[in-house]
Amino acid sequence: MNGLGPPLLEARDLRVWFPIKSGIVLDRHVGDVKAVDGVDLTVWRGETLGLVGESGCGKSTVGRTLLRLYKPTSGRIVFDERDITTLSDGQMRPIRRRMQMVFQDPYASLNPRHSIGKIVGEPLRVHGVGSRRETETRVQELLSTVGLPEDAANRFPHEFSGGQRQRIGLARALALNPEFLVCDEPVSALDVSIQAQIVNLMEELQEKLGLTYLFIAHDLAVVRHISTRIAVMYLGKIVEVAPADDLYENPLHPYTITLLSAIPIPDPAIERRRSAILVSGDLPSPANPPKACRFHTRCPFVQPTRCAEEEPLLRELEGHVVACHFAEKIKAGDIQPVTQSAA
Amino acid sequence: MTEPLLDVDSLEVRFWTRRGTVYAVNGISFSLNAGETLGIVGESGCGKSVTALALMGILPRAGRVTAGTASYGGRDLYTQSEAEWQRFRGKEIAMIFQDPMTSLNPVLTVGSQLREAIEAHLDVSKKEASDRVVELLDRVGIPQARARAKDYPHQFSGGMRQRAMIAIALACEPKVIIADEPTTALDVTIQAQILDLLRDLVDERGTALILITHDLGVVAGMCERVQVMYAGTVVETGDAVPIFASPRHPYTLGLLQSVPRLDTGRRQALQPIEGAPPNMLTEPVSCPFAPRCRYAQEDCLASVPLLRSIGEQQAACFHPAPSDEWARTRLQGVA
Repeated sequence: MNGLGPPLLEARDLRVWFPIKSGIVLDRHVGDVKAVDGVDLTVWRGETLGLVGESGCGKSTVGRTLLRLYKPTSGRIVFDERDITTLSDGQMRPIRRRMQMVFQDPYASLNPRHSIGKIVGEPLRVHGVGSRRETETRVQELLSTVGLPEDAANRFPHEFSGGQRQRIGLARALALNPEFLVCDEPVSALDVSIQAQIVNLMEELQEKLGLTYLFIAHDLAVVRHISTRIAVMYLGKIVEVAPADDLYENPLHPYTITLLSAIPIPDPAIERRRSAILVSGDLPSPANPPKACRFHTRCPFVQPTRCAEEEPLLRELEGHVVACHFAEKIKAGDIQPVTQSAA
Repeated sequence: MTEPLLDVDSLEVRFWTRRGTVYAVNGISFSLNAGETLGIVGESGCGKSVTALALMGILPRAGRVTAGTASYGGRDLYTQSEAEWQRFRGKEIAMIFQDPMTSLNPVLTVGSQLREAIEAHLDVSKKEASDRVVELLDRVGIPQARARAKDYPHQFSGGMRQRAMIAIALACEPKVIIADEPTTALDVTIQAQILDLLRDLVDERGTALILITHDLGVVAGMCERVQVMYAGTVVETGDAVPIFASPRHPYTLGLLQSVPRLDTGRRQALQPIEGAPPNMLTEPVSCPFAPRCRYAQEDCLASVPLLRSIGEQQAACFHPAPSDEWARTRLQGVA
């Protein structure tokens, strides 16, 4: 497709359902939370794939399942041309060295009783890489890579600010020289002036170490900044995938359109002219998602035919893949949204 | 010119903690006219929420207003007795908190929490109070208001809870609403709904709004005036349009340069503000932003800059950024 050889990671028709149990003794299975319900994703080597969506849409579950931290209910995960869907924990171990995770909350993801040296060196010890001395050298090297002071190794997490803790999380993820990093909301807990430091650091590291990122976030402005391609998720399904700039200039799925229009721009001159397209209501429950198109209950472009009857499949359109029956007509302006002016 | 509704003068708030005195708010002044919208922007720990708590008279026990005054419609807030405060809160100034999950009582129905606010301040019969509850829930866009009034907070979604919080704040028709990060815990599509609602309500009733947030985009869309805070001081204040067009305080400029925005090219270079905010355990003796500032010179470390007119706004800075700096840099590096 793009001359990069085979994809680094591929997911086909991935489903992750969490059972809902009821009763104390019998533990009856009364339903499933369909967190991820038929997701296809391809991550090319060296790219950053952004995965966006609102809370509860299943984006974090996708990230964790790709690393096999959750067991998929069905579907296939292929990493570097090897099917890892059903590998045992032992078989996964050598592969885990190549794929790592950066977590959202820099306060909860570092053990407060461990020194930074111990936290960053932990992956090396777990995988039995190198002697004690070599681990120490590697930890120093990692700390300087992410821009932390030399004496950090002997200090503890509480001595560091949110931004520095996220650097520690990055150093830990990089310890084993992975190829693929799943970054789950790595900057959303940070103040804006600090966010930019971490985003810039992640871009530098990618260039220097040839990393591939899956960047999960709800902040579309940050995602666009860092991503090569972006996948938009809604209620357990991918609704649109497109190259980053293109998604913003030419969104095709109604959900993408409304999501983009909901983001305020820090410029009063623009904000006061702009009218937002508002979606109505709240996100439906993933335990009982709407039939056919999952967005039809909130869609400002909803049509009386097809939307509530047939499930739209992902199809190619203008270089995007999009799951909407009426994408062309919406694009052409034949279907108008129910707008509300922001004045 | 008419008398401002709320007038805050050189307000100082200190906290006494085990680690020492926290200089949370260091002499801020502003005024608010009836029907005006003021945005207070800043990062965590800059004192923006503490300012709000001080105006409501609900500072935690460790904190106290140590200097300065706040007057509302001519009355001095900090000489009020507790009984006067109780008649004041909710009736004159009401507050909307960030996290609707923890600010609603989980064991009372939403309706009864609303009724509590109404009955505390207005002399109404039970029947009138019930009708008012339904009317308010209906106004903030909660469907089947009569039935939903009997629900508990956990039966509401995040967006609905924030609507219920807004209904409680509106219950006694206050003249000022302080909204502290009202949409930070919500998704963007829900945020757009809530902001739209707030905007309508404020327009419709002529309520003055103080919107506290870290999101520059939210302020740009909602507020006529902006006040940027850093380390317990106001560093820049004035009308929103000139501040966003030509920020003069290096911190405001830095904030704008560090957020990626959707309306410019993707490869717009992000310029982070290096370093971290100061610790608040010492009384400021120099410009608090100086250690992180690109424009800092020696005199910045000698004394604390006061607000003065720079361009169309006011900024507390000895060496402000050039007026065209933002216009110049925002277009740089655009792909």
